[in-house]
Amino acid sequence: MCNSHDHSHDHTHDHVSIVENIMSQNDQLAAHNRKLLDKAGVFGINIMASPGAGKTSVILKTIEALSDRYKIAVIEGDTAPVTIDADKIIAKGVPAVQINTGGNCHLDAHMTLHGMDELELDELDLLIIENVGNLVCPAGVALGTHANVVIASVPEGDDKPYKYPNIYRGIDVILLNKTDLMPYIDFKMDYFLQGLEMLNPGLESFALSAKSGEGIAAWTAWLEERIHEHQHRHHREHTHTH
Amino acid sequence: MHELAVTESILNITTRFARQENATRVTDVYLVIGDLSSIIDDSVQFYWDFITKDTVCEKSLLHFRRIPARAKCNNCGHEFQLKELMPCPQCDSARFKIIEGEEFYVDSIKITKEETTHVQ
Ligand SMILES: Nc1nc2c(ncn2[C@@H]2O[C@H](COP(=O)(O)OP(=O)(O)OP(=O)(O)O)[C@@H](O)[C@H]2O)c(=O)[nH]1
Ligand SMILES: [Mg+2]
Ligand SMILES: [Zn+2]
Ligand SMILES: [Zn+2]
Ligand SMILES: [Zn+2]
Repeated sequence: MCNSHDHSHDHTHDHVSIVENIMSQNDQLAAHNRKLLDKAGVFGINIMASPGAGKTSVILKTIEALSDRYKIAVIEGDTAPVTIDADKIIAKGVPAVQINTGGNCHLDAHMTLHGMDELELDELDLLIIENVGNLVCPAGVALGTHANVVIASVPEGDDKPYKYPNIYRGIDVILLNKTDLMPYIDFKMDYFLQGLEMLNPGLESFALSAKSGEGIAAWTAWLEERIHEHQHRHHREHTHTH
Repeated sequence: MHELAVTESILNITTRFARQENATRVTDVYLVIGDLSSIIDDSVQFYWDFITKDTVCEKSLLHFRRIPARAKCNNCGHEFQLKELMPCPQCDSARFKIIEGEEFYVDSIKITKEETTHVQ
């Protein structure tokens, strides 16, 4: 209280315009991550899917297909402090960093940056990020990767694009995994693809099976193409042979 | 847990602007949330009341303006509300552009400034 001298209080009530995206801080950090990857000539992908869709299985197959020509590392996002997925990657001779999100339902740009801090980016060609198993939350949370990938799987059903539309928007490629289970499940491919078409016209898609290996080659060929494009764009010396 | 992270972002943005404006108190926060954006619900207000304690935003009210999803058909130009994922109701084309419903921002705040003029 101001008792020592005369004063007057003026209360003004202002309406202040802001118009700032709620994700702006995450997006700025994602842009920062992207710059770090670009500077190091690393192509980054963010793999999103529901729990058990086959993210780790597809990553392992991808490593098998590409690790003789490209230096790969993996960031594993998990809600619990378990290293099951990371251990499988390390067993393939590929560095893996496990990020425990502490119960959080998705990775964000900040956690990704901490994961990247633990890797020798300059020595890498490809960074694969396995997001937390979740079809809702990772949508719209940018990590700074160059391609966002969703893995759907046959036993989840053909109606997922209709029920979880957000995750399919703004992604660059979709993989439909577990096609080996097609004979046991009523999965209408047309219905599934039409849903995707409405959400993300012209979306690149690959049907594959991480179990049988069918269709993996087409996906890894696409990925390899993108890694090449990226390395050319960032003027990096090729260390691999064609 | 998603809502907590979202609520923290809202507080960051709001506090930054409140400080810029030398606000002594934020009384109202106006959010614009499209139906297609990240899912956030009533628990945001719950988290808000909790995390704004002892901040300039304490006891402020969150106001949500929800924007329904709308699409414009690439084929016939028809504009329609997207209550569920469906082809254009006029020509059945599956190619359309979302024109509204992805909004996810802090629109504005109402603040109080207390300007004390000292007189000798
Ligand atoms: N039949 C069949 N099973 C598969 C295929 N791919 C993965 N699986 C099985 O599906 C289960 C889950 O696979 P993961 O690769 O661990 O799935 P994930 O998405 O990494 O799971 P979380 O990390 O727990 O979310 C495992 O039992 C795999 O063996 C496939 O193509 N066909
Ligand atoms: Mg996994
Ligand atoms: Zn940090
Ligand atoms: Zn979430
Ligand atoms: Zn139409």
